[in-house]
Amino acid sequence: MADVLSRVQRIIVDRLGVDASEVTREASIKDDLGADSLDVMDMILELEDEFSLEISDEEAEKINTVGDIVTYIESRS
Amino acid sequence: MSKRVVITGLGVLSPIGNDIPTFWNNLISGKSGIGPVTRFDASDFPTRIAGEVKGFDPLEYMDRKEARRMDRFVQFAVAASQNALKDAGIEIDREDPDRIGTYIGSGIGGLQTWEDQHRNLIEKGPRRVSPFFIPMMIANMAAGQVSISTGAKGPCSAAISACATGTHSIGDAANIIRRGDADVMIAGGTEATVTPMAFAGFCANQAMSRRNDEPERASRPFDKERDGFVMGEGAGILILESLDHALDRGAEIVAEVIGYGMSGDAYHLTAPAPEGEGAARSMKRALNEAGLKPEDVDYINAHGTSTGPNDKFETIAMKNVFGDHAYRLAVSSTKSMTGHLLGAAGGVEAIATALALKEKILPPTINYEYPDPDCDLDYIPNEARRVNVNVALSNSLGFGGHNATIALKAYDGAE
Repeated sequence: MADVLSRVQRIIVDRLGVDASEVTREASIKDDLGADSLDVMDMILELEDEFSLEISDEEAEKINTVGDIVTYIESRS
Repeated sequence: MSKRVVITGLGVLSPIGNDIPTFWNNLISGKSGIGPVTRFDASDFPTRIAGEVKGFDPLEYMDRKEARRMDRFVQFAVAASQNALKDAGIEIDREDPDRIGTYIGSGIGGLQTWEDQHRNLIEKGPRRVSPFFIPMMIANMAAGQVSISTGAKGPCSAAISACATGTHSIGDAANIIRRGDADVMIAGGTEATVTPMAFAGFCANQAMSRRNDEPERASRPFDKERDGFVMGEGAGILILESLDHALDRGAEIVAEVIGYGMSGDAYHLTAPAPEGEGAARSMKRALNEAGLKPEDVDYINAHGTSTGPNDKFETIAMKNVFGDHAYRLAVSSTKSMTGHLLGAAGGVEAIATALALKEKILPPTINYEYPDPDCDLDYIPNEARRVNVNVALSNSLGFGGHNATIALKAYDGAE
């Protein structure tokens, strides 16, 4: 199975229509990748499906960068 | 004094073409756009045919992210609006965006989105419903997204009146210009309901043709062997403009919008009022507003759905409005080729009517084989007709008893 980062990257590329090369660990999901609050909610749903976990609203609010997502998912698995 | 309103741009996505030249050539060649349903597995349905839009790639008009946030009916509207603006030669960032408005409706809205998300709700629970569900599904979102994607900041609204939606949108938009609230309106209708729920619902109404073995012959308005409508999908968008604004920028004028009538049947959910009296009042009001006498009208693009009741009662209505002249004017239903695009029908048919006035060719009613004594007018059977046509009506009659008629005229100068 692909590692967490590449699975997250695939979802972000699909949802936000950005280039895979832009989806670095440091990239801010809203500021650098152009997501709005609806995109973030939509992406959370997709991540929950992909990684079979539930992300609470409080945890979701803490997510800023791609790296935050990867770290969160790795801490849960 | 109220302003004159002209049509200066056209954009279409339809079962018979996704650009105006293809659409028009197919219309006057009598080509059917009906075929087997491919958008879902229809094998359990009594009706398995539709007029689908073919070869539409939303990414030609928007990026992936935008496309993902739009139901198909919204994608259609955005694409057709871009094409219509291009046809009109209008670049909104070179105009005053406050003076350009949007008036685009849908009869039903984002039914595919509704079905997908309802499945999520049932199978996975409420947390799994997409945050885009509501903003993708609501029927006003075609107008909303066209405004967002084009930058048009003037009046922005939507008519939702079943199969009369497109004509109401154009008539209401023309009145916005006429009273001076905008110079340009992006107006029309859009629909994308080739979906299981829409088919199940219309099959339950017994409203759709079951001529599954002969798709191209299934939509046969005014023919004695008609057995229901055939669903189509697509969008018909027109650029309406005050005559002054069009002349100032040297725009090419397709036709003039000279009248608009509407009425309510106050009768039944789905059945037309006896003798089509609601449709008759709608046509009369359009004639009155346009200052026309019945004998001024050369052509009517009928609602003509290919259902038993519609075609019979619309014919009676035309006879009641036009008297003897009903037998001299020409009538056709372009739904014989496109199928019935529900909320988009009025938009697509206004385009057909405007082009008929410009090109002086009347599109036919195809599949006309067996005369029905209840339908005894000149329906332009099977072959397009080249005539000197000057004034035309386009009718749209919807579930709920919504009736709308626009009157168009060949543009004959500013005097």
